Amino acid sequence: MTDHETKIIIAGFGGQGVVVAGNIIARACVIEGKNVTGMVSYGAEMRGGTANATVVISDREIAGPFVERPDIAIIMNQPSLDKFEDMIVSRGLAVLNTSLVDRNVQRRDLDVAEIEASRIAHRLGNVRVANIVAIGAFAARTNLLEMSSLARGIEDLFKSKKAALVDINKEALRQGAQMMARFKE
Amino acid sequence: MSSQGKILLKGNEVMSEAAIQAGCRFFAGYPITPQNEVPEYMSKRMPQVGGTFIQAESEIAAINMIFGASAAGARCMTSSSSPGISLKQEGISYIAAAQLPCVIANMQRGGPGLGNIRASQADYFQAVKGGGHGDYRLIVFAPSTLPELYKLTMNAFDYADYYRNPVMILGDGILGQMAEPVEILPYEPIVELPEKDFVLDGCKGRKPRVLKTLFLRPSMALVRHNDLLQASYKKITAELKLHEETETDDAELVIAAYGITARIAKGAVKIARQNGMKVGLIRPITLWPFPDEPFKRAARTADRFLVVEMSGGQFIEDVKLASECKKPVEFLGSGGGWYPTPDNIFEKIQTIYETEALVD
Repeated sequence: MTDHETKIIIAGFGGQGVVVAGNIIARACVIEGKNVTGMVSYGAEMRGGTANATVVISDREIAGPFVERPDIAIIMNQPSLDKFEDMIVSRGLAVLNTSLVDRNVQRRDLDVAEIEASRIAHRLGNVRVANIVAIGAFAARTNLLEMSSLARGIEDLFKSKKAALVDINKEALRQGAQMMARFKE
Repeated sequence: MSSQGKILLKGNEVMSEAAIQAGCRFFAGYPITPQNEVPEYMSKRMPQVGGTFIQAESEIAAINMIFGASAAGARCMTSSSSPGISLKQEGISYIAAAQLPCVIANMQRGGPGLGNIRASQADYFQAVKGGGHGDYRLIVFAPSTLPELYKLTMNAFDYADYYRNPVMILGDGILGQMAEPVEILPYEPIVELPEKDFVLDGCKGRKPRVLKTLFLRPSMALVRHNDLLQASYKKITAELKLHEETETDDAELVIAAYGITARIAKGAVKIARQNGMKVGLIRPITLWPFPDEPFKRAARTADRFLVVEMSGGQFIEDVKLASECKKPVEFLGSGGGWYPTPDNIFEKIQTIYETEALVD
């Protein structure tokens, strides 16, 4: 039990599934009995515009759902890197979808996890699972959540909608994690 | 810590499910951000439980449908956000005048005017002091977490029936939009529910009943009706004040905040205590009736108050009244979409401590 709240932002353009990614992370937290809040940028969002989801995780009571200074930023495209790089806490983690980011992280005080999420998703047959590939990378790098909880989160979310999506998303999660594990060595 | 039975829902969905669980079987509303998940959820759930969902042609139509549904005996609810709640005020005054139970939710957004769609607490006066015409009161609940939103929504239906008075859930865009794990507990009435002996359901075999808000004759009829309403408000005031206190026993500085702001302020209290500052929090759960006793007590024991609210300063007036201005009341707040973080409340606390030291 620590007082620390782990604050996560997932940012990309509308249609990249940042809301779904936040939802799956939050569901995994519920499964593990952690306190969690989720929040989505709402309002004039549209496909192609920027979107972000924030998740706060803690063993204690959470003060608020907002994330001003994320500990972890899952960055799905270039505009999101430009917008959020400076906000990440010192020694925080940036998970970068290098398929859609065309420069390196400038800051030297960050841990950077690079993953070709969109390319891996494309190879899997559906570029829309890039968000889940990125979650897989995030999970492998941080060990914050069990892979099995995230997989269950995927099942919970997709089974009621399109059962066929469960398998490809679980595979995306696995490949994201595997790729990160490989880089770690 | 067990996650048994907890599910992840947005605030708007939590409130809607609580209403369904509590037996609400009539909902009328009109879309407005940031409460759109309420009509969306109700449109799906009401048919499943044999209830009625109506997307009305306007907020005004919706509140008047609630007027009718309540008169016919249904547990009923409408919801909206600030500009839409303004439109409902005439109907709310009529419902209060007719002493009909119903639940009205306001997931406040930025104002005045059409404002914006970010969270706000700038409808405090409207909810607590009137809003519509005439001497009437709404019971106003201000939940600060989603589990509490779930519980208070259920309670709202019970208190509405018990006191025959409309109840308002005063939330905001953050509370409506955020997601948090909530346990969907079965409904249990919080008070013994009276028989609805006012319902207009056909007078076959009994005397006709009348529900009205126009009292022209005899000349004192409206005075008598107002006295009746005031007697009811007096009873509610005596019985229903709810609040929560955090670390106020030895507090030098007492923060006053409600709803989502109080939850954030609790984070600031934690930081202040870690820094050796004796800071506490009073969180009204009912905004009307206003829980004045804890403020009276704190005015004796603490040196200073700090009001935090997402408006230019409305709730602060009730804090000053309740504490009888016996101690200075500092303020941190702004309208239009500003919200505090635990860190910037703590900065304000530090400033207050420094300033006080200068004065000493």
